[in-house]
Amino acid sequence: MTGDEQPNPMNGASSAIVELRGVNKWFGDFHVLRDIHLTVGRGERVVICGPSGSGKSTLIRCINRLEEHQEGDIIVDGTLLTPDIRKIEDVRRKVGMVFQSFNLFPHLSVMENLTLGPILAQRVPEAEAEARAMDLLERVRIPEQARKYPGQLSGGQQQRVAIARALMLRPKVMLFDEPTSALDPEMINEVLDVMIELAEAGMTMICVTHEMGFARKVADLVVFMDEGEIVEAAAPEMFFARPENERTKLFLSQILH
Amino acid sequence: MTARGSISTAIPVSAARRSAPAMESGIVLWLRRNLFNGLYNTVLTLLALWALFVTLPDFINWAVIDAVWHTQDSKVCRQASGACWAVVAEKHRVMLFGTFPYDEHWRGVLVIAIVVGMSVMSAFRRLWSYRLFGAWLVATGAVFVLLLGGVFGLTPVGTHQWGGLPLTLVMFAGTVVGGMPAGVLLALGRRSSLPAIRALCTGFIEILRGLPLITILFMASLMFPLFLPEGVTVDKFLRAQIAMMLFFAVYAAEVVRGGLQAIPRGQYEAADAIGLSYWHKTGRIILPQALRIALPALVNEIIRAFKNTTFVSIIGLFDVLRATSTALQDPLWVLYSIEAYLFIFLLYFVFCFAMSKYSEHVERDLAKGRNL
Repeated sequence: MTGDEQPNPMNGASSAIVELRGVNKWFGDFHVLRDIHLTVGRGERVVICGPSGSGKSTLIRCINRLEEHQEGDIIVDGTLLTPDIRKIEDVRRKVGMVFQSFNLFPHLSVMENLTLGPILAQRVPEAEAEARAMDLLERVRIPEQARKYPGQLSGGQQQRVAIARALMLRPKVMLFDEPTSALDPEMINEVLDVMIELAEAGMTMICVTHEMGFARKVADLVVFMDEGEIVEAAAPEMFFARPENERTKLFLSQILH
Repeated sequence: MTARGSISTAIPVSAARRSAPAMESGIVLWLRRNLFNGLYNTVLTLLALWALFVTLPDFINWAVIDAVWHTQDSKVCRQASGACWAVVAEKHRVMLFGTFPYDEHWRGVLVIAIVVGMSVMSAFRRLWSYRLFGAWLVATGAVFVLLLGGVFGLTPVGTHQWGGLPLTLVMFAGTVVGGMPAGVLLALGRRSSLPAIRALCTGFIEILRGLPLITILFMASLMFPLFLPEGVTVDKFLRAQIAMMLFFAVYAAEVVRGGLQAIPRGQYEAADAIGLSYWHKTGRIILPQALRIALPALVNEIIRAFKNTTFVSIIGLFDVLRATSTALQDPLWVLYSIEAYLFIFLLYFVFCFAMSKYSEHVERDLAKGRNL
């Protein structure tokens, strides 16, 4: 937390780390997020699912302001997101993000991909950053790839590097935007295993994913979105056993076979 | 129908691994593949051989066998039927140094040696370091001390007396060294999210790109002084240098912009997501990749900038080409301008070819995924 934040009266007592209140967003005339309310507590794991085009990616991209919302409040770790770029950069350093298409920096080695953020954004000494990177590479089980370039790794290895990179800034929340959708089937599990371990270690996570097995295993809350709104949100046992909304039932019947 | 059944049984359980079939090789095969593959190419090859057969002997006779290599007397050349290379030997000092004071030509030689030597050194990636950067600063200082004089007991030489290859090289180096950063900034500005900066950069690029270099040089040379308050003058060489620099910058900007557009949006987002500031993101993530993509086109612009230095002659600066044409005004040698211009052609070719070969080498290195 930085010192210049004003205390937020509505936020004071809660242990929420991410809070969205009445968030609305339009792409041109298209109403992509409709009155979203969502509170994620520290240590909570939220899985967001829904048909493509339902706004779920846009939703988590608003949390670290890769997308700008037009109405409503988004509060991350006590900081209200505004156009102030210093605050945005500050929030981004507390929020790790993993993308569907990895987005590793192809001209930098794995080690450099990891250490760049801490060295430049947090002025961590190089040796310390490298030690932190080796530690994380061991956690994602690819310490031997540290000196290679992203192009030399498999998709699953690249995504694990991307997870390690996102963890380098010691974020308080991790956002996953369909982390396994671009992977070959045989590589999905190696990435999910890393994510499960991360969840078990107590990381706060918001995951957009269709991996319902993962949702069952680690999620505290499963959120179903359709056409820009949250249709249903429930604990996984409830969500899968007794979905209430028709649209949720339809979606689940299509995705679970 | 029978084939269907046989396919399923014909697949072996495990096909043995084999090495790839040996490639046929040899000069005959090469000839057949490249020069005689098909009637059309065969005819073209034969025509080309015939053209060479007709012209080459005459050229060799003229250029080598009947040529005059050494003489100080142009009459000797007049009696010979071949080329008069002696004109180069006789006039090389004016050709290479133009109007630079005759007794100070050694300073020009040193300038050429410094620029060429430093360029060759910089081509070795092993030597890239802050020390090399420092060496370039020292070299730049030395070049200006040598050309301008006035210190260390060197006779002062005004920029209006500069000429020949040193002028060409300094003009070229200044154009690229000053124009490249300006071009990168213009390209970034054109893609800026700030409307004022974007409009300014776009306007600047489009206006300068819409003008011929000659017009810009004339404006720098003739019109610009009219706008200056009385008593204020800006050196003509400097004005030309700035004009060349800006002209190079707008073209480089468009090339760099092409590279920037090739970078996927995910790279920007990933850099944003780890909290990098705009300049860190641009300097460490976006530009290194964009410049790599733009490299072949950038080298093209750099080579063009080298050749564009010849344009400064029209505002009265004595670059190599102008110095040569001046040298050839000597009535004794005026007949042998072809030989002199061939020499200049060779000079330009050597510089441009070296640059293009070096860029090929760099591209190959980059293709291997090595870090720049």
